Amino acid sequence: MVRALALSAALLAASPLIAKEGHEAVTTFTLDNGMDVVVIEDNRAPVVQHMVWYRVGSADEPAGTSGIAHFLEHLMFKGTDTLAPGEFSGTVAANGGNDNAFTSYDYTAYFQRVAADRLELMMQMEADRMRNLSLTEEDITTERGVILEERNQRTDNNPRALFGEQMSAAQYLNHGYAVPIIGWRHEMETLGMEDVLSFYQNNYAPNNAILVVTGDVKPNDVKALAEQYYGVIPANPDVSRRDRAQEPPQTAARRLTYKDPRVAQPYVQRSYLAPERDPGAQETAAALYLLSELLGGGTTSYLNEKLQFEQQKVVYAGAFYRGVSLDDTTFDLLVVPAQGVSLQEAEDAMDQAVADFIAEGVNQDDLDRIKMQLRAAQIYARDNVDGIGNRYGRALTSGLTVEDVQAWPDILQAVTGDEIIAAAREVLQLETSVTGWLMKDDEVTQ
Amino acid sequence: MKRIFATLIAFVIALPAWAAIEIKEVTSPGGITAWLVEDHSIPFTALELRFRGGTSLDDPDKRGAVYLMSGLIEEGAGDMDARTYARELEALAASFQYDASDDSVSISAQFLTENRDEVIDLLRTTIHEPRFDEDAVERVKAQILSGLRSDQTDPNDIAGRNFARMAYGDHPYGSEGKGSIESVGALTRDDVVAAYDSVFAKDRLYVGAVGDITAEELGALLDTLLADLPETGKPIPERAEVNIPGGVSVVEFDTPQSVALFGHAGIDRDDPDFFAAFILNHILGGGGFESRLMQEVREKRGLTYGIATYLVPKDLASVYLGSVSSSNDRIAEAVEVIRAEWARAATEGVTQKELDDAKTYLTGAYPLRFDGNGRIAGIMVGMQMENLPIDYIATRNDKVNAVTLEEVNRVASELLNPEGLHFTIVGKPEGLDG
Repeated sequence: MVRALALSAALLAASPLIAKEGHEAVTTFTLDNGMDVVVIEDNRAPVVQHMVWYRVGSADEPAGTSGIAHFLEHLMFKGTDTLAPGEFSGTVAANGGNDNAFTSYDYTAYFQRVAADRLELMMQMEADRMRNLSLTEEDITTERGVILEERNQRTDNNPRALFGEQMSAAQYLNHGYAVPIIGWRHEMETLGMEDVLSFYQNNYAPNNAILVVTGDVKPNDVKALAEQYYGVIPANPDVSRRDRAQEPPQTAARRLTYKDPRVAQPYVQRSYLAPERDPGAQETAAALYLLSELLGGGTTSYLNEKLQFEQQKVVYAGAFYRGVSLDDTTFDLLVVPAQGVSLQEAEDAMDQAVADFIAEGVNQDDLDRIKMQLRAAQIYARDNVDGIGNRYGRALTSGLTVEDVQAWPDILQAVTGDEIIAAAREVLQLETSVTGWLMKDDEVTQ
Repeated sequence: MKRIFATLIAFVIALPAWAAIEIKEVTSPGGITAWLVEDHSIPFTALELRFRGGTSLDDPDKRGAVYLMSGLIEEGAGDMDARTYARELEALAASFQYDASDDSVSISAQFLTENRDEVIDLLRTTIHEPRFDEDAVERVKAQILSGLRSDQTDPNDIAGRNFARMAYGDHPYGSEGKGSIESVGALTRDDVVAAYDSVFAKDRLYVGAVGDITAEELGALLDTLLADLPETGKPIPERAEVNIPGGVSVVEFDTPQSVALFGHAGIDRDDPDFFAAFILNHILGGGGFESRLMQEVREKRGLTYGIATYLVPKDLASVYLGSVSSSNDRIAEAVEVIRAEWARAATEGVTQKELDDAKTYLTGAYPLRFDGNGRIAGIMVGMQMENLPIDYIATRNDKVNAVTLEEVNRVASELLNPEGLHFTIVGKPEGLDG
């Protein structure tokens, strides 16, 4: 059994058996008013997903109005000059569809999933609310209650989320990523009509938006509809530029402890400031992504081998890298100590393991297995065309191009073990890091 | 590949025009039945195996054994220890996911066409020769215990545990399938082996496959994988009685937002009124932004970020559940609004327009869920477990459309019980006493 499998694994590593046709059926074009369009065709089911992504997120908010990007996202479901409050979602539902929206640091996106023959209606309504939002003071008051309850639910009721907020706030000295997407409560409570409307007018325009349509559509049909509904909206030459405050050199390691009686399972998290995927220069990011997989991607990863299996000091170890980001991102390590192991012991063991990994260099078999899984993931990904659409939307609102998205798989495959170690040496510097302990209270020696 | 017995294809049912999916019933030479959708456009297959029974098969003093066992299946098999096994699986770029719920243990596999035979060999070894090494048992136990400790201070988990205990009492549904810190701590390798013997058997097996595989290939695969399983497993427990009184119970917990779980007895999936209840629930609290509760509690009053209700028809009992969370000083108002809406729907029913809108949505949205090989495989297994006919997908929208206003409103008056509604609230709610 093992022999046969080992043989097949060797064969797979040696020969390019995995189909190379990873590229999706993607068509891209730009309307005259500057709105970018991405169409991904999949005719397996007569369903379409229609999305509009705005190149604006929480990290673009004016100081003192944290949460405004997300608050506006909620209010976009109220009325327009021609649609009553709630009528947008009501119309989608009446057509058998689902709709929603989401906000992140770098983007705000709206989507509907519906039968393919309803695409035109979706475009008509989405184009309408790009320019014609109409709000009352009552909308603002009621919906502010909703976002405050959302903050309660996501963050204030969850010590891990509160800890994460403190980690980010400590990580970024000058950049908007220091501020939570949902906003700080004291600022959310003061968000008003003026804040909402100026944010809307400064950011929502076709030249600041990307249309992503996936599913059972013909690119030419999408183009004709997009020109009819979005193409007639004039570009806004004054749309906010994303000239965000950037990080200065980070020169001091930071440490924090967050104590909360609701914590039942303490853990250690370490974040390092890290470069993101940049247009035309994704090699370091690719190395960092593979580093995260090798260090903490799964059962066979280095940290789990050493800390979970050999030393039995942790019940879980993980490494994470979020490469799609407009500005500097983070590389994160996390260890959950085993019963009777202190946070300090777990942190020391983690640091020692990372140092050993760098000193030993990358195990080629481990790297080959990860690359094999990445090639397979391209095949599995084609089963979820909406996921492909999301990938393009995230990338294009984070400064990347369609070419960058399509080059990424090959860039990953080309990364060498030496490049991964070089990236680790470059990025895993304590001076740019935050180390956080999530605790119940003062640790008792066990 | 020579075949002695042809794989039988008993039925071929086409879905309506909106979804070009054909479900075939395939019976392997060894007598194992599966539902198959062939789709050769992407070179991989999703395979769903589900065994009825789940964590409810635990003996009362061994709570958590089935859940622990399902976590250990992937921790070494045959002559491979856990780490060797994980490397083999990664090298094949396949994924096997294991899940243990109240009513079933499932294995969701996804594998490429180019190395299908090797993957199936590995999955066969996994299912037939799990090692349950002592060190793996201890390691996975520690992971589960870590999770259970976190659950103890998670308001949602606290609410779920308390509601289940009150609703189901001593029945397995009345306690957490993952077990408790005490029960999991006491589990041994023998308990894991016993759980394995109780779960995996042919008399409770349901199979769905979707993707790049023919009926004949699937037939051979099923026999390789499953023909040698024992015929019978542990008997399924008796039905549970839902005995939760109306009212409010409060679990004091220091957190800014109260989490509430509310509900009472529900309706079985095979009840003739199920479709009427399904539509009623959509209108009352199941239908996202359009539902009455979402409109009243969130859109009009801003009392919550989300409120939803669910019909939960399990194999051995059915409840009608809802959840909401509001800050401690506003939860009392949310509870009051929910009670009022429950009563209004029970006495006044719904309107013809609400019924028509619900039908338009539910029939229009139905095809949206068939969006991916794994999803479709899971849906087909669910249909088999619910004893639905293979042509169900083609007739389902007709069943929704056939429900009349009189039926929905009769079911509303029978099912909805405003006085019987129980709220379990975790937090420091103001103006509510448990």
